Amino acid sequence: MNPAPQLDLDSIRFQYPEGAWNLHVPHLSLGGDRLCGIVGPNGSGKSSLLRLAAGLAAPDQGQVRLNGRSVLRLSRKPLARQVGYLPQECPALFDYTVAQVVAMGRHAHGGLLEPKAPDDIGAVARALDAVRMEPLRHRRLSQLSGGERRRAWLASALAQEPDLLLLDEPTQALDLHHAASVMAVLSRKAAEGLRVVTVLHDLNLAGLYCTRLVLLKDGRVVADGRPDEILTQERLVEAYGPNLDVVHHPKTLQPIVLPRHEN
Amino acid sequence: MRTKPGHPIFWLGFLGALILLPWIGAEPIGIRSVVSHLLGSSSPDGLIFFQLRLPRVIMALLAGGALAMAGAALQVLLRNPLAEPWTLGVAGGASLGAFLARAAPLAWMVLGPLNASQAMALAGAAIAMGVVLSIARRTGGYGTQTLLLAGITVGVVCGGIIMVVGGFVSPDQLAGFHRWLLGGLDAADWRDVGTLAMLAVPGMAILVALAGELNPLGLGEEMAAGLGVDLARVRRWTVIATGLAAAGVAAVAGPIGFVGLLAPHAVRRMVGPNMRRVLPNSFLAGGALLAACDAAGRWAAAPLEIPVGALTAILGGPLFLWLLVRNK
Repeated sequence: MNPAPQLDLDSIRFQYPEGAWNLHVPHLSLGGDRLCGIVGPNGSGKSSLLRLAAGLAAPDQGQVRLNGRSVLRLSRKPLARQVGYLPQECPALFDYTVAQVVAMGRHAHGGLLEPKAPDDIGAVARALDAVRMEPLRHRRLSQLSGGERRRAWLASALAQEPDLLLLDEPTQALDLHHAASVMAVLSRKAAEGLRVVTVLHDLNLAGLYCTRLVLLKDGRVVADGRPDEILTQERLVEAYGPNLDVVHHPKTLQPIVLPRHEN
Repeated sequence: MRTKPGHPIFWLGFLGALILLPWIGAEPIGIRSVVSHLLGSSSPDGLIFFQLRLPRVIMALLAGGALAMAGAALQVLLRNPLAEPWTLGVAGGASLGAFLARAAPLAWMVLGPLNASQAMALAGAAIAMGVVLSIARRTGGYGTQTLLLAGITVGVVCGGIIMVVGGFVSPDQLAGFHRWLLGGLDAADWRDVGTLAMLAVPGMAILVALAGELNPLGLGEEMAAGLGVDLARVRRWTVIATGLAAAGVAAVAGPIGFVGLLAPHAVRRMVGPNMRRVLPNSFLAGGALLAACDAAGRWAAAPLEIPVGALTAILGGPLFLWLLVRNK
């Protein structure tokens, strides 16, 4: 694994053509923390921020730099060897096998859909092992549950073996068990040296697994720090509105966010 | 280790067509006459075989292969299983060019190895492709939706112009044009084979070079970009390559339908979705399919000929539906 990648967003302004707000980030540095969560209400700009960071969208103003070089000036393959990106949805055109999906993660390294090089075979095996999908490697996507499919996409991104992995809601539409298992995989890979930045909706998972949280509201970073600094009543009410409570787990003292039901 | 270039069944079909189909036609041909012609003593059978049948079969193999490869690539690029080589307006442009050559009339025009109709069809295809590419570039990054909509719109506009101008031309000219629209290989000679090869072979070579880049597109465009695919570059070159292949076929044989749709789907059922296998096998399958349809067309109602484009639709359509039903 290479030294920690430095992804800097400077003086960023970005607006969708018909968007109600613009994303404005004076400065944000990503990649220095093991597992960084980007949280905030729907429409706060989390996915846009991630797409800008991955070089998939160009800001109207400002620059996104990877280790000092603009990501938009880097060719896609060299960039993909350093920064991986897993979108919310991966609408597969054909009924690929799990092994084929994961092997496509080696694209930036010159890997084939049916890898022959030892490096590619090893990376695919490690990625399948990390998400515990090795026994299902010959299954087709149509034969997988939603959770298994998510893990297959994640394995594809892991097989890419980037220094920094950007994920857009990897636990979306997963039950608690599967969501926790995905986060556990990310946490484990982060402990091994991979730097992870992930958009998350579940604040409790974010608090449990992330080492840093960036809180967005209406296209602005309203808080940035350790989970215990971000998941406070005051900050979350500011971002999400008043109908929530932050309590603490009786044993671990971890902050837990609960919705408040008001008649 | 390299990916196997072709499935044995498709090789069998392709080579079988190349070896057997030149012998099929209205006029029976003796193998001894052909061999003696080859050895230097000219014979009518030898002339029919080498100057009429063989170039026709080779053109069918090349045209069918080019259409099938173009279809396979566009289905992935546009993420639409119904995409075919003509989806991006090339057929509309070629048809308008060929129609204007007949309506003008421009029979006097010769451009290198191309007659008037071929030259105008090629020019029409090139202009249509240029318009589609230009619109897609202006709206940013050669977006898939823009390519698709621009291609369909260009095709519709060309069709509209043909209908308007069609009201002012003679019934004979119109009948000739309608015959061209069906597609046909009956006038194929070695010069046409050369013209088609000049356009289609570079197009197919580009597609083979892009095969590895097209694979990740099967997981969605954002995922592919995250995996290192330069979407704008792949879109631009795929459109150019498929346009070259389709324009070449349209110029020498007319807009033959269904091969570019049927062959890639049949191939994927046999070899899976890996484009490094799909593209070469589509070439073999598409070539064999078109050559077989062409042979059936000249054998079924001999000495009359059924246009190959009509046969690919009549035979290919039900076969495609059967494949869909069997897949369920």
